[in-house]
Amino acid sequence: MADGIRNKVAIIGMGCSRFGERWDCGPDDLMLEAFAEASADAGVERDRIEAAWLGIFFDEQSTGKSSLPLAMGLRMPNIPVTRVENLCATGTEALRGAVHAVAAGACDIALAMGVEKLKDTGYAGLPERTKGTFEDLYLPSSTAPGAFAQLASAYAARHGYSMAELRRAMAHISCKSHDNGARNPKAHLRNRITVEQVLGAPMVSSPLGVLDCCGVSDGAACAIVTTPEVARSLGKRDFVTVQALQLATSNGVEMGHRSWDGSHTLTTRIAAARAYREAGITRPREQIDLIEVHDCFSITELVLMEDLGFSDEGRAPHDVLAGRYDRDGAIPCQVDGGLKCFGHPIGATGLRMAYEIYLQLLGRAGQRQLDAPAVGLTHNLGGIPNRNVASIAIFGLGT
Amino acid sequence: MRALTNIVSCGIYAPALRLERERIAQALQWLGPPGAAPLRGSRAVCNWDEDALTMAVEAARRCLNSAAGSVGTPAAVTLASTTLPFADRSNATVVAGALDLPETVRTSDCGGSLRAATSALAALARRDETGAALLIASDARLARPGSPQELQFGAAAAALLVARDPQAAGIVPCATIIAAECLSADFVDHYRMSDERFDYALEERWVRDEGVMKLVVAAIGRALAAAGLGAEQIDHLVMHGPAGVTRRVAQAAGLANAHLQDDLRENCGDTGAAHPLLMLTAGLETARPGQRIVLIGFGQGVDVLVLIAAEGAGTAARPTVAEALGQSKPEPYYTRYLAHSGLLEPHFGMRAERDNRTAHTVAWRKRRQTTAFVGGRCRSCGTVQFPKSRVCVNPECRNQDSQQDHRLADTLGRVKSFTEDWQAYSPRPPYVYGNVELEAGGNLLMEFADLDPGELRVGDAVSFVFRVKDFDRMRAYRRYFWKAKKV
Repeated sequence: MADGIRNKVAIIGMGCSRFGERWDCGPDDLMLEAFAEASADAGVERDRIEAAWLGIFFDEQSTGKSSLPLAMGLRMPNIPVTRVENLCATGTEALRGAVHAVAAGACDIALAMGVEKLKDTGYAGLPERTKGTFEDLYLPSSTAPGAFAQLASAYAARHGYSMAELRRAMAHISCKSHDNGARNPKAHLRNRITVEQVLGAPMVSSPLGVLDCCGVSDGAACAIVTTPEVARSLGKRDFVTVQALQLATSNGVEMGHRSWDGSHTLTTRIAAARAYREAGITRPREQIDLIEVHDCFSITELVLMEDLGFSDEGRAPHDVLAGRYDRDGAIPCQVDGGLKCFGHPIGATGLRMAYEIYLQLLGRAGQRQLDAPAVGLTHNLGGIPNRNVASIAIFGLGT
Repeated sequence: MRALTNIVSCGIYAPALRLERERIAQALQWLGPPGAAPLRGSRAVCNWDEDALTMAVEAARRCLNSAAGSVGTPAAVTLASTTLPFADRSNATVVAGALDLPETVRTSDCGGSLRAATSALAALARRDETGAALLIASDARLARPGSPQELQFGAAAAALLVARDPQAAGIVPCATIIAAECLSADFVDHYRMSDERFDYALEERWVRDEGVMKLVVAAIGRALAAAGLGAEQIDHLVMHGPAGVTRRVAQAAGLANAHLQDDLRENCGDTGAAHPLLMLTAGLETARPGQRIVLIGFGQGVDVLVLIAAEGAGTAARPTVAEALGQSKPEPYYTRYLAHSGLLEPHFGMRAERDNRTAHTVAWRKRRQTTAFVGGRCRSCGTVQFPKSRVCVNPECRNQDSQQDHRLADTLGRVKSFTEDWQAYSPRPPYVYGNVELEAGGNLLMEFADLDPGELRVGDAVSFVFRVKDFDRMRAYRRYFWKAKKV
């Protein structure tokens, strides 16, 4: 029986570009910006990296297919580079590749890079694309907000909330993330907003208004990983270790079977159970100090609090409104602003979340630093509630 | 008197949307002073995803469901229309596919004249074979904005199931056709060249005096002779045209005792090739068994059919004509009607630029799934699922190759979740879609049809309708699929 990834891999350097509408930057610029920070942080030169994983989601829209954009953009010394794509879990998937390579002993030092250049599309929101030759014949041409809005109507019906009640809790989530984003110099959106502004914003996909939706951003983030032994040999005393790294992928039940009620994300629950087991966590509400979850839309963050086990079923709106996930609450969620305000360059997002946990655990988060957190969790939901890839990573401190 | 064939059942479909004639006139009042005639009522207009083909499917489904028993699978499908979406691709074959009829069915499109449906019915009456046949008439005629036709035209479809000897199968028909006479004359009351969108109409008074009064009256005389009936024996005249003209025809033809069937234009409009069958169905609903009916089709000649109402006449169509025309709601925007008709191209944003190319290799491979809405039903666990797949979707089952074909078109569903999406491109924003629980275990993320904001609730029951899914403007193509419609 495999014993999992816990304590086998250390993160010794991370970097993250400024996120936002980077009209003057291409994907090369964004990757170089993130890599320069990570390389300096780790004290590891480009040529010491033995293998790399590159995460890009919309290849045709932005950066190009294959591993070449990273290898050429950074002029890597012909090392193996693997391009990965797993919807919005792409960044975490890149990290998973690098972490597994190091844990397997295939190499000592590996790089995980995620990048997305979304703002060459020409309009707001995510690019339009085909869903595949068969699915185009029968699936709706849905948008991301429309697909996630389904959660709200099903959740309200399932748990007996009026849409007005639910929207108020959702608005609290957006306001909280804007408060947090305002403290983050790299965040895309740094303005504070009010509940009234959220509720009065133009409707995108009912019940989601514009301010229930995350930023569509350009950006890159990366991590340099190695074994704890190599980390110590490089003179690192405190470093962040990977405690769990799990994926759960839909098999079609949510899309095709009535057993899914439409009000939650099935795969998150499965990935969370596995990740808690891998990390040895039995009481997540007490043992996890901060979380970065896939708040692509306000309703997504709300239902995830239940899917990850932080709120009881049907109670997330109460917990949200009580401030449980605020910066000064019991389990701060998106202290960097989240997808909502840090932004959501898809391929980079999982690594951006890891970057915030990394900074917080090392006490390097500046004016948004929390009081000595020891364990942090990141979560992505790639795809739509009807079918998706949930990724969960748990990080701790090692010496 | 000889029975040529029998009508077993009828089906009527009209789009739900109604555009008030007053609203049309208001939008275009700058064109000239109001006419003398009062602008009463409204006309049926297609939603953006309806056309003559989708209406034909709905009318046919209703017709087949209205039959009081089974006369067997129709051996032939004839689709009569002057506005079929495809000029060269058998529209009737698409309809037969949507009805999930076997590939051995004979299909044919017929058009070219507003009497296309009555001519096809006359041909069916004269054929020798005994198998059942389905005749569908459907029209969604475009009219130039501001023209008198814009006020007159409507959209609807009517279907008739015809069989030589339904009594042998124990089925009481609605009517028996005893004569079918045709007269061809290139009288140009209106015309439309093949590549044009709009009709060109000639002067009404000339059409009435030289065309209708002379040609129709002569044809009625021939049909009555063929039927061996005297003019005074006719109980109903079903004729498509202004009431005043119909009255004059009845007088001139000596139909002294004939009730004149209402032309149904007030709440529907003139539905072209479909109109004679629509009026006939309405006439049958009020006819007593044994009563004699004369049905007229006019357009570059005349078709006259003589029918005798049978015991099933009163229940010819489910829903009834009145119910079918009554399932309506107002279209408050004249400009939206123009946009749905392709007569106005508003700015829909860059998302409307999406390439909707159809991979025809896939469309062919999956034709029963997408056209007939056939999913799978697992023999092991009973779960109904769409699309049909090699491995059962039920997490408790997951058996491989266990699914048999299961048609979902005539089942019901329940709304699990939905959104009204203003970001997605839709010709009629918002784009409404969501999760629908299928009967017996399945779930499908799908579009909803005919919904305006605020009309849908989680838990609502839905049925399924065949509609245009996407337009491919680059390649001048449209593809169809099924949508959920609130019951």
